Amino acid sequence: MSVLTPSRGDDPPDPPYAQETAERALRPATLDPVPGSLELSVRAFRCWLVMYRRTWRSSVWSSVLGPIFYLGAMGYGLGSLVDQHGTAALGGVPYPVFVAPAVLAVLSMNTGLTNGMFPVFGAVHWNRIYVAARASMLRPSDIYRGHLLFMVMRIAMNAACFLVVMAAFHLIRSWWAVLLLPASVLLGLAFAAPVAAWTVTLQTITPMNYVIRFGSIPLMLFSGTFFPLSRLPGWLQPVAWATPLWHGAALCRSLSVGTVTAGSAAIHVGYLAGLSAIGLWAGARSYRRRLYV
Amino acid sequence: MSDVLVRARGLTKRFGGFTAVDGIDFDLIAGEAFGFLGPNGAGKSSTMRMLGCVSPPTQGELTILGGDPIRDGAAIRARLGVVPQEDTLDAELTVRENLLVYGRYFGLSRALIAERTDQLLDFVQLTERAGDMVEPLSGGMKRRLTIARSLINDPEILILDEPTTGLDPQARHVVWDRLFRLKQRGVTLILTTHYMDEAEQLCDRLVVMDHGKIAAEGTPRELITRYSTPEVLELRFAPDEQESAARQIQDLSPERSEVTADRILIYEADGDAFLERVHQAGLKPVNELVRRSSLEDVFLRLTGRTLVD
Repeated sequence: MSVLTPSRGDDPPDPPYAQETAERALRPATLDPVPGSLELSVRAFRCWLVMYRRTWRSSVWSSVLGPIFYLGAMGYGLGSLVDQHGTAALGGVPYPVFVAPAVLAVLSMNTGLTNGMFPVFGAVHWNRIYVAARASMLRPSDIYRGHLLFMVMRIAMNAACFLVVMAAFHLIRSWWAVLLLPASVLLGLAFAAPVAAWTVTLQTITPMNYVIRFGSIPLMLFSGTFFPLSRLPGWLQPVAWATPLWHGAALCRSLSVGTVTAGSAAIHVGYLAGLSAIGLWAGARSYRRRLYV
Repeated sequence: MSDVLVRARGLTKRFGGFTAVDGIDFDLIAGEAFGFLGPNGAGKSSTMRMLGCVSPPTQGELTILGGDPIRDGAAIRARLGVVPQEDTLDAELTVRENLLVYGRYFGLSRALIAERTDQLLDFVQLTERAGDMVEPLSGGMKRRLTIARSLINDPEILILDEPTTGLDPQARHVVWDRLFRLKQRGVTLILTTHYMDEAEQLCDRLVVMDHGKIAAEGTPRELITRYSTPEVLELRFAPDEQESAARQIQDLSPERSEVTADRILIYEADGDAFLERVHQAGLKPVNELVRRSSLEDVFLRLTGRTLVD
């Protein structure tokens, strides 16, 4: 790097990288090798970190406070009524213990969903972060995975905060609960990866509002979260089994309460991992189609 | 030849049934400033996106720095700087943070980015705004910041899509001055513009584009010599007299003439001599001007239309 001549008065300074006319001639005629996708994805991820530095406190508060209210109102308020009728249907645990891991699952789903929607749409249409990044050496798939890394971080942060609350209120009954954090992250990723892959193709925000109204809210209510699936009409139960939130909530509950079995855990993890993998595959394609026009 | 940085042959871009770029050929030589001059919709921006390796050519051959723009896109873009038509700065970050984020994309260390940021902000005269948010900056400042950001990876080729569109005259001159200095330092420039003065100021060589095709290629002076006369006589008549005046001027058999909405342009080697003949014929223009030919005249000749409508 050259040392620049200091600017004198109104005389504009020389452009940087001055001595390089000679250096330029020595540059290799062939192109340099490109670093691996992980390295490039981490570079994209760091961009989101720089932006997040400004807002992280408020974002954690606003995303974790809601679930804590749910836990208070449903777990303790409603739960005191529920527990008067016996806890057999809940697997013999008090209602707050029953509902807390499901609230964790809902939190992870919502963190994955919201981070996979509006920031992705904004990166195409509003602050145009993707548009700026594609002109750099990052490829669309790096931009996608880098953003996904940031979403995973947000899911993990929110889940960790909520886990601290769960532990403080003695709502965790098993050592298996150490796996609650990775389980939450997997659940969030199973939403974030496909949703981001889809959002990047959108031209308006209307479809995203439909997903929240007709997707995430019914999922939150009817996925064996606030009451056991056995209370649903028989024909609805298979529908619930097919949804990712049911798998996530069931997995979290089995880890938190300690009823986990190898077979059920394998099914839940397999389902969520499969959904994440489909999302990752689709995202690499849809980002490329959107950003390489 | 090793100093050909970009080679395009039959380069074509279609969007569905619409052909934006229709089989263009050009070579970009190291160290030159190469311009694409044309009206809006001529295919300039589509060409720039293909050169920026973010838009796969539909057809034809395109080699940039010896690589394929899509297969080797990341490696090529590592050595390009891009100033897009619409700024893509992050308004929620500071001036300095915008350069930090961008430098990170290229894998530069924090220390190197900091060093280059100081130099670049000095270069584009934004040092005092380094810690400010981008949002309140003026259009000219944002454009200069975009130029600084595009230089963070020390590119060999700088691609500028309409670098001064929307800027006021003074801001345009500042941008021109910076670009001229970069060129002097050996940075190869590719730019699009629909301003002929910009093309004349900055470009060593340019192509005139219209409807996705290259209509002519050469240095600004060559193009003017080839497609126009040394001088142009511009005459303005009262609106109701223009038609009859145009007929009478035709009778004086000028070398070439064009009638636009509000003027009659007469192409002659000696404008004053022809003006004398106009006066002798008894015509009384409201306004008369003899000037040297410009690229605007070249464009009018090649396409039958003016550049900025």
